[in-house]
Amino acid sequence: MKKFLKRFYVFLIFLFLYAPIFVLIAYSFNSSRSRGAWGGFTLKWYRELFMDREILSALKYTIIIAVLSAVISTILGTAAAIGISQMRKFPRNIVMNISYLPVLNPDIITGVSLMILFIFANIKFGFKTMLIAHITFNTPYVILSVMPKLKQLDTHVYEAALDLGATPWYAFWKVILPQIMPGIVTGCLLAFTLSIDDFVISFFTTGVGVSNLSIAVFSMARRGVNPKINALSTLMFLSVLILLIIVNVRMSRDIKAKKQKEATLV
Amino acid sequence: MNRKSIMAYPYIVWMVLFIVIPILLVFYYGFTMESSAGLTFSLENFKRFFEPVYLMVLVRSFILAALSTGICLLLGYPLAMILASKDFKRKNMMLLLLIVPMWMNFLLRTYAWLTLIEKKGIINSLLSNLNLPTINIIYTTRAVVLGMVYNFLPFMVLPIYTVLSKIDKSVIEAAEDLGANSLTTFKKVIFPLSLPGVISGITMVFMPAVTTFVISRLLGGGHYKLIGNLIEQQFLSVYDWNFGSAISIIMMIVILISMGILSKYEEVREGGGIV
Repeated sequence: MKKFLKRFYVFLIFLFLYAPIFVLIAYSFNSSRSRGAWGGFTLKWYRELFMDREILSALKYTIIIAVLSAVISTILGTAAAIGISQMRKFPRNIVMNISYLPVLNPDIITGVSLMILFIFANIKFGFKTMLIAHITFNTPYVILSVMPKLKQLDTHVYEAALDLGATPWYAFWKVILPQIMPGIVTGCLLAFTLSIDDFVISFFTTGVGVSNLSIAVFSMARRGVNPKINALSTLMFLSVLILLIIVNVRMSRDIKAKKQKEATLV
Repeated sequence: MNRKSIMAYPYIVWMVLFIVIPILLVFYYGFTMESSAGLTFSLENFKRFFEPVYLMVLVRSFILAALSTGICLLLGYPLAMILASKDFKRKNMMLLLLIVPMWMNFLLRTYAWLTLIEKKGIINSLLSNLNLPTINIIYTTRAVVLGMVYNFLPFMVLPIYTVLSKIDKSVIEAAEDLGANSLTTFKKVIFPLSLPGVISGITMVFMPAVTTFVISRLLGGGHYKLIGNLIEQQFLSVYDWNFGSAISIIMMIVILISMGILSKYEEVREGGGIV
């Protein structure tokens, strides 16, 4: 009985989490525009979605900005993490505490403060400002993912490489970089997903004609319900689901392979 | 070795330009007023915020966010406990399912509820088909709380789950051996040990809830202004940057202080991460 109650509770919560999403998916195939009635199966909204210039350009900007900001903030952040770890304690603490600001501050304040800066400096709002904003809030996350790996680093290996005649650059490339790679990859992925998902900061830093998917959804939803958004949600839900399943399967396969390897070694 | 700190310089320049200067500008505008002699120093903006109209907005934001956080805790803690209990099968599958909605764009998640609870929305058309009275919660504070709970529930469950699944089972067994019933074990052993996760969860729900302006705009229809809406309005429609900056400063200080206090209580932040 207790077990049944537990299961029932879990079921209810997941129903709460998924019912809205499934309703959206179902109604993305509804040919009637009103949600009260089911007008039969259709792919009309998907066709319209792919012909909607606004959404297509938003999709384009979302991806371009996510890729660019992830790459730039990964390079900037990794270099910064290496540099910061070599600093004396006092300047290091200052830099790290300032880097925490965009992480801890509410998004709306980061967005508003950047907006003031761009107006103050007379920079035209658009692609450039949005990219700068994304790099700004992404880089601290990269630093925070690379930093722990640098702390685990054994400096003797690097020194050994130098003693054996490697140039500092070669030693960095061959010794340090491979060791901190997991942190860099995590940071890069984090930056990419944060950028794709961002609404608030983009909302304050974008200009006419440049918007990402979140902004497009917001301006459509403000005008009321639109079946094209249902179609968009369905596509995004499916891509997230597939992506997570792939990641999960690969991870569990890695763990299994590792276990097998250990077993054969023993 | 120390030459390598040069590598941080590009970032430091970036940081000064795009983190430090913008924040300083917010402070500059917050502490000045437009007057005939240009911008002059003034505390007028802060004084204005303590007028009842605006204070109400702050109070409402805190009440709604606290209510949503409380509901998330009440709903989320049992779920985390069930998921963490060892006789629960398909644990990884369930955790994955919990994370999937978090990865979906949160505007779409909020929008989903819009279609459900609309006046002529799906829930109401179902209810009227069954000849039941329809519900009217769209554009009310209840809809805003619903949207917050829906959006932030996984952020409550995950940190609590992480902490609960790390609790040494022998401690619980020891409590049972010593004659504690399950309620006492929970009160005296499990709950105190899970406190870091609870605090982490509260932070992760309360902070975004108190500053949101999207949920209140879409589900509250703009009738129930929250502090986030007030800031957005000052910058994007009223163009009173000075007042908007003052509100931002107040909010920033309140949040940074509460984060500081809370972080003293949680040591297990890492590992309780989102991903």
